[in-house]
Amino acid sequence: MSELPKELRYLETHEWVRNEGDGTATVGITDHAQEALGDVVFVELPEVGQTLNAGEEAGVVESVKAASDIFAPVSGEVIAINEELEDAPETINQSPYGDGWFYRIRMSDPSELDALMDADAYREVAEDE
Amino acid sequence: MGNRTPLFDTHQALGAKIVDFGGWDMPLHYGSQIDEHHVVRQQAGMFDVSHMAVVDISGSDAQSYLEYLLGNDVGRLKAAGKALYSLMLNPDGGVIDDLIVYLLGDNRYRLVVNCGTAAKDLAWMQQQAAGFAVAITPRPDLAIIAVQGPQAMARVKSVASADAAAAIDGLQNFSATTVGSWFIARTGYTGEDGLELIVPGTEAVALWQQLLDAGVKPVGLGARDTLRLEAGMNLYGNDMDESVSPLEANLGWTIAWEPTERNFIGRAALQAQRDAGVSQKLVGLVMEAKGVLRAHQQVSSTTASGTGEITSGTFSPTLGFSIALARVPVEFSGAALVDIRGKAVPVNIVKPCFVRHGQAVINQN
Repeated sequence: MSELPKELRYLETHEWVRNEGDGTATVGITDHAQEALGDVVFVELPEVGQTLNAGEEAGVVESVKAASDIFAPVSGEVIAINEELEDAPETINQSPYGDGWFYRIRMSDPSELDALMDADAYREVAEDE
Repeated sequence: MGNRTPLFDTHQALGAKIVDFGGWDMPLHYGSQIDEHHVVRQQAGMFDVSHMAVVDISGSDAQSYLEYLLGNDVGRLKAAGKALYSLMLNPDGGVIDDLIVYLLGDNRYRLVVNCGTAAKDLAWMQQQAAGFAVAITPRPDLAIIAVQGPQAMARVKSVASADAAAAIDGLQNFSATTVGSWFIARTGYTGEDGLELIVPGTEAVALWQQLLDAGVKPVGLGARDTLRLEAGMNLYGNDMDESVSPLEANLGWTIAWEPTERNFIGRAALQAQRDAGVSQKLVGLVMEAKGVLRAHQQVSSTTASGTGEITSGTFSPTLGFSIALARVPVEFSGAALVDIRGKAVPVNIVKPCFVRHGQAVINQN
């Protein structure tokens, strides 16, 4: 099974979210997701300043194999996007939890994090696929 | 569990991601499909394509049988070792399969057909053999390793016997020779120079290891698809099938109309289509904007009516943008639009060949 950091929260649609502890959170896709997608060739990110609601479409990741929608795990305002991904989308394959992050959001309701899956719950979802 | 080639354990040991392909457990990639693609364009890569079916045809009627069975004319094979790309058609002119046929000797031929269609092909071939003195012999005992790329010939020679190396030096494009247990064909599915080695399955693991040691990198079926698509080569089941005429699949060139007295299966139907004119054609598409063209997306034109459909689409690692094959109304040319998840994205219609020998070749259609 692929890598699943304990400190993250997960969505069934294979996004991870990290609580940065200052009211913001960082979002990316899981190791399992990047492995299933294969080489990522393009990514469409939300815009800085954009307001997202939890569960809303926040972007698209395209690999050699398929296009996959990215959903927002939590609501809030996008405060940063990972511009490096524009020229180096393969970073998502190489470092899904590190340099391959997608965007950072200022959470409007941090309690939304509590409703998300922990690593063990997500592992079961991923293993069932 | 699917069918497995003699190299299955080798692929697993190399860390391959294994997927089902036409009922076979095959390597999709060994890490990065894009890296593997570049290896073939720039150096030398090898594919296990043992899932493809080798069928030997022999007997006193072998030539006349294949002249009847195939759209291309095996009568054009004038010397042992020469190869021909051909379609096997149904009476309506639809494509049952595409294949390569090699002339081995007088009334002795070798066919290599697709894995997903092999059972159907064999049944058809046996059915059509009534009245011909031929033996149709599937060869599941053989493995196929395709070594492709600008350094492929040199790397294979470095592990070959002296006789095989000499034979490779003398081997013309699209021809084959037999040396000991190796059947060596200068053919492939990548748009690069290279060889397809058909060897006893029992020798496949050792040969693969020798090639690995000689610096040939393993390449999975994922890169095989992007390589063939860049080269503008059709994939059976995507770009043509039994419901599609070769004349609408950019495969008219494989039909040998001469000699006119040769009666092959599908001839009458194709002749009628040719006389009436077809309404669709297979073209290439390039999209320099962000995104990836995918099979089944709809294509429209800014100047002509009707719609077409992408039959194969991918990101081209060599070009750095997306390319596709699409079947569109014959009136389409120049600028077109593709519906990508509800957005109309501009593309250019080009001749269906994008990369040859490592270089971009994009020509307006």
